[in-house]
Amino acid sequence: MYKALSDAIRDAEKEKKTLAEVALATEARDQGRPVAEIRAALQRALDVMRSAIEKGIVGDLYSASGLVGGDAAKLRNSTSGPLAQTPFRDVLTRALAVQEVNAAMGVIVAAPTAGGAGILPAILTGLAKARSVPDTKVVDGLATAGLIGAVVAERASLSGAEGGCQAETGAAAGMAAGAATEMMGGTPSQVGHAVALTMQGTLGLVCDPLGGLVELPCVFRNATGSAIALAGIEMALAGITFAIPVDEVIDVMGEIGREMDVRYRETAGGGLAATPTGRRLAKERLYQIKRSDG
Amino acid sequence: MVSLLDIIGPVMVGPSSSHTAGACRLGLLARCLLGGTPQTGLLQLHGSFARTGEGHGTDKALVGGLLGFRPDDERLREALQIAEREGLDYKFEKVTIADAAHPNTVRISIELDGNKATMLGSSLGAGRILVQEIDGYPVQVTGNFHTIVLVAEDRKGSIARITGILAEHDINIATLKLTRKERGGDAFMVIECDEQPDKKAGEELKGLDWVRWTRRLDKVSGG
Repeated sequence: MYKALSDAIRDAEKEKKTLAEVALATEARDQGRPVAEIRAALQRALDVMRSAIEKGIVGDLYSASGLVGGDAAKLRNSTSGPLAQTPFRDVLTRALAVQEVNAAMGVIVAAPTAGGAGILPAILTGLAKARSVPDTKVVDGLATAGLIGAVVAERASLSGAEGGCQAETGAAAGMAAGAATEMMGGTPSQVGHAVALTMQGTLGLVCDPLGGLVELPCVFRNATGSAIALAGIEMALAGITFAIPVDEVIDVMGEIGREMDVRYRETAGGGLAATPTGRRLAKERLYQIKRSDG
Repeated sequence: MVSLLDIIGPVMVGPSSSHTAGACRLGLLARCLLGGTPQTGLLQLHGSFARTGEGHGTDKALVGGLLGFRPDDERLREALQIAEREGLDYKFEKVTIADAAHPNTVRISIELDGNKATMLGSSLGAGRILVQEIDGYPVQVTGNFHTIVLVAEDRKGSIARITGILAEHDINIATLKLTRKERGGDAFMVIECDEQPDKKAGEELKGLDWVRWTRRLDKVSGG
């Protein structure tokens, strides 16, 4: 797979292809598998994403600790708020739904990781529904997202333990923004700007889950990460460009991750996890999990 | 090489690719060593596995793997209760394996009908795993391929004989890694195969009088 998004964008422009086509052709060559087989695997992933959203939106799932759950349904049912009945609201609801399913040990697609698994499905299926985009285009979107994620994995990191939350929900938001920009008719170059415009907004974000559990703030970070991705998509499709090239934005995310103190990398030693309330809740809830497992 | 399907995947039971999906795969690989669900299992958790494992369902995922459940199997949630029904007597311990060990490391000691096996492995993130030790022998198994590990006397022609047996069973070798401590000492082989080696191939390898020890492990990761 590509190690620089700029190379993929250049090849796509030269060959007059979409980034999805370039990504699928490269994957087929790398793995020695036909494109149809890769598309079929991505379609299966899309089906799992949709079923996670359906499960999560009902509102009857809670994590083992009880720290998170039921909030996707609250957002869906609320009539107040400036975004009620907009695709924006729907995307946020879907992001919470997937992440609540994840916290409750339901089946999700780690895309790129379980902790950031809500953003890509929320953006792609939410916008596909709003604009009646057919599944083949959504599968293209997953391929483009995979390409962006592969570049981030290569140049920076996709692990909260290595690079903080900017490497998980930040990367997921960048992947979703780029994928959706292409799905909505953006050019390869606009995809690059969408990724850069999104990831600049998540630089420095720490990974600070209470008790080290993928629950709080992870569930909510999937919603706020989706909001940042929507901003990136909206700006890129309007023709707004970001002056720092996308690969440099990704590189600096990796650099910030490496410089980040270990307390902010999934260890529950800093950030929200280390607040007085964060510590108290983690202690109570971990005790509760132990008890309920007998 | 990073694959698209590693990024958009795996499909898994939450909440953590390292603490849940990776843990399940480690359990699955350990199960391969005995060829079935063990009757007893001691699971020694190190580092983050020990500290936050319960909240991430690491315990359920490891036991679920020993029961043969894959990372996307919803039965993982009830794995501890299912283990009791199926007669798998498991026990968890929190230990420090080595200060330098990967934070998500487990030592699994299992037994089935008098056959014993131990395995030391780590979950590296995004569902990727690495087994570092089987029955005390140093290995490197990722679970991305069907894998044969074996220890043989360091003698001429041993590789030819082993690859010959695999070819006879129509098994293509993807990678082969050979190491030894010293000339004439034990030779360690890790053979990654495109096809699943059947029991008969395994027995033929075991039957070579200069092969001291061998195990077969299934492919548990990858598209």
